[in-house]
Amino acid sequence: MKQFADLHLQPNLDDRELLEKIIRKAADLGYSLVGVSLPHRVQQDAIDFLQKICRENGVDLVKRIDLAPRSSRDLLRSLRLFRRKFELVAVSCFSKSIARQAAKDHRVDLLVFSSGDSRGRFFDVAEARLACQGIAAFEVDMALLLKRGGFSRVRLLSCLRREIAIAGRFGVSVVICSGAVDVFGLRGPHDFVSLAALFGMDDVAALNAVSVAPLAIVERNRGKLDSDYVARGVRVIRRGRN
Amino acid sequence: MKRLRRRYLALKAEDDQFFYGRDLMDALWSMVYQLFGEFGASQTGLSKVKWDEEKGVLIVRCSHKALDMVRAAVAAVTEIDGKRAIIHVVGVSGTLNGLREKLLKQQTRGSYK
Repeated sequence: MKQFADLHLQPNLDDRELLEKIIRKAADLGYSLVGVSLPHRVQQDAIDFLQKICRENGVDLVKRIDLAPRSSRDLLRSLRLFRRKFELVAVSCFSKSIARQAAKDHRVDLLVFSSGDSRGRFFDVAEARLACQGIAAFEVDMALLLKRGGFSRVRLLSCLRREIAIAGRFGVSVVICSGAVDVFGLRGPHDFVSLAALFGMDDVAALNAVSVAPLAIVERNRGKLDSDYVARGVRVIRRGRN
Repeated sequence: MKRLRRRYLALKAEDDQFFYGRDLMDALWSMVYQLFGEFGASQTGLSKVKWDEEKGVLIVRCSHKALDMVRAAVAAVTEIDGKRAIIHVVGVSGTLNGLREKLLKQQTRGSYK
């Protein structure tokens, strides 16, 4: 059976009732892995509580951090500080220089463009070229699409259609996430596949974006965070005794 | 003449919400119209088949070619009758009997009440 992942839930971590609701709903909708956006200085008991709920509902929890750097230098500093503390690093690209730096940095997993306007989105050919040489995937946040209406949604759909075509041309991975803050933002994986058709993703590519692509990112990162990991392609297979 | 192929969809609002079938249908039509316009809406062949008030399940039918359009419209609904809401697709089938069997199976499995 195909496994599905939603790498971006952003509930209020202080509201434990909401946390339980959203994780339970994600499990009901068929997700086996969820990524929860955590603050930089997250309390250990909040993570423990999240892990407990996820375990009870048979869902795998991925610890995600959303970086919103003000400059490329700020991005590099944040990556140095947080990369090894979180399983998933997403970077909100508010300027072209940040977007370019994020695309070529191997420590960045997801490129996020949260503007609904084409002038605020920097996923163009040059960005895709850098992203395909690196490992960063392009994130499509469905919350952006769902909360918009009218001309604003038309503009966003048009941007997404162009960006998905560019990503496809350069072989950049695309990940579809809900970006849900509560249960009303959640949709089933097949619902996202249908919605993805609105911006020109075919069924196979859209299914990959909610299953294969996110799962591969998480597996790769967990491998890197493992104590046996040394460098790309090098792992400790046995330790000697002194 | 070529037979028209159809798809039957069972729709349900979020577990702890109750709406009438008419409200669900209005929300769905409005979203189809918003996303695909009059021309697109005319191609969906969307119509209400049955409303099960006890279970809160609405069965609709559409053209099989327009299934993706209707599913996208269902997923895009964020409000019903002025209240925040979501509609889930509980099952899809090519025949009404097939859909009923699917729902029965889900009910016995406990994934749909």
